[in-house]
Amino acid sequence: MGKLLTIAIGSAFINNVVLSQFLGICPFLGVSKKVKTAAGMGSAVVFVITLASLVTSLIYKFLLVPFNITYLQTIVFILVIAALVQFVEMFLKKKMQGLYNALGVYLPLITTNCAVLGVALKNVQNSYNILESVVNGFAVSVGFLVAIVIMAGIREKIEYNNVPKAFKGTPIVLVTAGLMAIAFFGFSGLK
Amino acid sequence: MSKPIERLYNGVIKENPTLVLMLGMCPTLAVTTSAINGVGMGLTTTVVLVMSNLLISMLRKVIPDKVRIPAFIVIIASFVTIVQLLLEAYIPSLYAALGIYIPLIVVNCIILGRAEAYASKNPVLPSIFDGLGMGLGFTLGLTLIGMIREILGAGAIFGFRFLPEGIDTLTIFILAPGAFFVLAVLTAVMNKVKQASGKASDPIQCSMEMCSGCMNTECRGRMEEIEKN
Repeated sequence: MGKLLTIAIGSAFINNVVLSQFLGICPFLGVSKKVKTAAGMGSAVVFVITLASLVTSLIYKFLLVPFNITYLQTIVFILVIAALVQFVEMFLKKKMQGLYNALGVYLPLITTNCAVLGVALKNVQNSYNILESVVNGFAVSVGFLVAIVIMAGIREKIEYNNVPKAFKGTPIVLVTAGLMAIAFFGFSGLK
Repeated sequence: MSKPIERLYNGVIKENPTLVLMLGMCPTLAVTTSAINGVGMGLTTTVVLVMSNLLISMLRKVIPDKVRIPAFIVIIASFVTIVQLLLEAYIPSLYAALGIYIPLIVVNCIILGRAEAYASKNPVLPSIFDGLGMGLGFTLGLTLIGMIREILGAGAIFGFRFLPEGIDTLTIFILAPGAFFVLAVLTAVMNKVKQASGKASDPIQCSMEMCSGCMNTECRGRMEEIEKN
């Protein structure tokens, strides 16, 4: 239990996926204009990464390791993730309309998110077991959700600020992200 | 201008993936803690890009249109795995420095973007040079960012410290926030240059277009849907 908690806190805050690992920068910069869409994107990422962590660690343990083909992990993981996202989308559309309406639009965007593949590879690298992988996946994606929602909140305020002309758009968002990264350094005291 | 030279110019200057198109942001921010890491990452990506462009261009009439994206991904992932194993065997120091970002080259937008936008529609030779140009442009961008961060953060350039011992450096620039700040200033400079030359009236906007060229062809439509809401 202690180890799970350490993994969870470490992945969600101390080594935040966006602000210190730089994974998933694309949606972090692209879909953070409004809090509502940011929260939608974040939730979809939580859903997909947790599921992908489970599936990839099962495949790694019961398919790649027994057949001694772990060097194929990158190819296998990316295909599994792409297929999984498509499958989840079809399943939600058919069976869970409510959830699909909330998250559906974001799902295809997530395959491109390097955080999903990154988490799957990190789970293997740190030789986490299946439960630890799922907890790690969940924690990483919660870290993403927190970061993107805070970013969207700040960007809604920036709209009304007088930003120097050259810094409008991407540069000011990057400066904000840098300041957030400094703030998240505070969490490293939790170790 | 002959075709190969035109492709090189396009990749390095006109459509520089890092500084103009803002593609492949994950490795750009993550591995540029020093100039040498930037060069290493850039060249590794260049190798994958040239090889995948070569093979995809050769197979462009064989791959059915409907399954082209999965086919491209498999080709790219295979080359990434090969390059990863080669690095592990022959340049272990670079392999250790880049770590998880080597397999993540698979999801680098630049590679799938070039496969989709260029290599799948053009003959082999121009595709190779297109890959080479884009790869070198990416290397240039990463090296530039890496150099700035290394000079400010460690007082060194390509590993050689030029500041005397005992002078404090701005360590924050080789930590995570420094990456964001350096890139912010660089894009602001690019904005300024564009405004001055009057080419683009609106500054670079971080649009989802930079992600939507990849993986899923439905992305772009979906993104417009999201933007409207």
